[in-house]
Amino acid sequence: MVCLKGFWSFLPYSTVISLSYTTRLYSVCAMRDTILNSLLAAAHGLSDEQKEFQKMAFDFAAHEMSPHMAEWDEKEIFPVETMRKAAQLGFGGIYVQPEVGGSGLSRLDTSVIFEALSTGCVSTTAYISIHNMCNWMIDTFGNTEQREKFCPELCTMDKFASYCLTEPGSGSDAASLLTTAKLEGDHYILNGSKAFISGGGDTDVYIVMCRTGGKGPKGISCVVVEKDTPGLSFGKKEKKVGWNSQPTRAVILEDCHVPVTNRLGQEGQGFNIAMRGLNGDLPFVSMVCYLMAIYIFFSSRFYHLLVRKQFGEALSNNQFLQFKLAEMATKLVASRLLLREAAVALQESRSDAVSLCSMAKLFVTDECFNICNQALQMHGGYGYLKDYAVQQFVRDIRVHQILEGTNEVMRMIIARSLLSESG
Amino acid sequence: MSRVLVGVKRVIDYAVKIRVKPDQSGVVTDGVKHSMNPFCEIAVEEAVKLKEKKFIKEVVAVSCGPSQVTETIRTALAMGCDRGIHVEVSGKDYEAMGPLQISKIFAALAKKEEASLVILGKQAIDDDCNQTGQMTAALLDWPQGTFASEVTIDGETVKVVREIDGGLETIKISMPAVLTADLRLNTPRYATLPNIMKAKKKKIANMKPADLGVDMVSRVEVLRVDEPPTRLAGVKVETVDDLVAKLKANGTI
Repeated sequence: MVCLKGFWSFLPYSTVISLSYTTRLYSVCAMRDTILNSLLAAAHGLSDEQKEFQKMAFDFAAHEMSPHMAEWDEKEIFPVETMRKAAQLGFGGIYVQPEVGGSGLSRLDTSVIFEALSTGCVSTTAYISIHNMCNWMIDTFGNTEQREKFCPELCTMDKFASYCLTEPGSGSDAASLLTTAKLEGDHYILNGSKAFISGGGDTDVYIVMCRTGGKGPKGISCVVVEKDTPGLSFGKKEKKVGWNSQPTRAVILEDCHVPVTNRLGQEGQGFNIAMRGLNGDLPFVSMVCYLMAIYIFFSSRFYHLLVRKQFGEALSNNQFLQFKLAEMATKLVASRLLLREAAVALQESRSDAVSLCSMAKLFVTDECFNICNQALQMHGGYGYLKDYAVQQFVRDIRVHQILEGTNEVMRMIIARSLLSESG
Repeated sequence: MSRVLVGVKRVIDYAVKIRVKPDQSGVVTDGVKHSMNPFCEIAVEEAVKLKEKKFIKEVVAVSCGPSQVTETIRTALAMGCDRGIHVEVSGKDYEAMGPLQISKIFAALAKKEEASLVILGKQAIDDDCNQTGQMTAALLDWPQGTFASEVTIDGETVKVVREIDGGLETIKISMPAVLTADLRLNTPRYATLPNIMKAKKKKIANMKPADLGVDMVSRVEVLRVDEPPTRLAGVKVETVDDLVAKLKANGTI
């Protein structure tokens, strides 16, 4: 395998496309090495244990996810088997308590792991992070019976979870949701619909935010609805620009009877639970972006700028491109630092955690999308071909500026926090 | 029951582009990514598998080198070894360390730990010596099953299928024995998150070669390290006679 390394410079550009799996794996690993060691070193400032996690996650991503990334995207496959393999390594409930089957790690540990996993496939890693978020919500806000009932199977990914907050009529204005839950005896009757639910239709456990009380956030409760509950049905599978390895469907509730014992926390606590879940996931959502950006960055450097020649020289000799690369690298390091800071603030339950997470999400998703987009530009025509991974990353990352709180909402949160502190 | 010693070597990661130091005394190792030798990973995996099948009771991971090798021992612990031994060797001794010194250390440890098996990788990807396993067996006067692609324990004997030039050779050797792992012996597992965490609590004992009565003096001196010569462009000729003439002219024939 070693001799293939020198091979790169001898191949005419078009044959780069038809490289075998082993060469691609090898080069992914070569890139991983540079990513880990370079100026943009993802491994700086991590404890030995975190470096182990990162290494393991990188290896898993390179061997189990990366080779299938394009196929999962094209055929819209929900990679259940691969995710279950990941769960065997502890990725099903990374920050869930060990006594219910989780790995009990910190937010920072988790972000390091997701960072590395997303080099294998953004879309799948994003779903794994949503699954983890739901698992955590039950672990943190559920009572003993609920935790013991749901968490172990979520940790092993024998069952998968979905997070249902958004509705056709309420996206950014999540607190205005209309799905009702009327109490009748020992059951809630749920009526309404949820939109854009990741995993919807293929998952087993649905965490649904619904209205048990009056208007606004205080009237919202959080209920766990299990698959095959009568009254639970799904819309058609949405056709998306990216994130194709996870199905997205509307979740429809028509006189759906859910036992009161499936309610997480108190009535009226639902919105708070939902937001806590999302806040926790913010760093991960952005982390995924960040690492995609880094991956693309290096992909451009390795495969393209150093190899492609125009006007008699390698592209890497072009000053404009050098400057562009420098700007991209600077934004990447800034992104990583902001993300890590937000993750630490979250872990330490600092008062600025929410603002920091919002800032991180805003900055990282915007910047990393731009970086990936610029990387695509640098690849020229080849960047537009589906043979190259760049375009998949651009498509997969684009949604991160929208979901889990649009970047506009992030600005609202940050502004509110700034203005309330002053005066 | 029995105890197995597994050797793990910290080497430059296989995916790294190797560069020779300007003074030609060796390759650049500072700031370069290192990881466990792939054949050592296979050795660890085999040992852990034997433990899971209950043929052996304890797996001890051993590495020789400066403080950084504890990372490699931790990886072995995360894969399922029970404890580790770090034999401290640093500076000039480390640079001059070769299979002879390592095999002396392993022979001494195998006796001290009363191991029934020593499992090593067949070779390290940095020096490609393929000597340590064989030398260790010789020093201990134990049978050896090298280039193992399949290992089966049967009471006090081990059946080893070896990959040799002619194909596959099956031998039966009695324990205690030394085995070296070849590529197709198994596929190393990923360390799981819980195991990585548990590994933190596992013990790594420290010792020096002198504690084992081993002298680290090397009988080999590295004179110079060079990059492989850059490939020159070829020359096209029209006829076979031209070819022969050119080959004669440049002294090849």
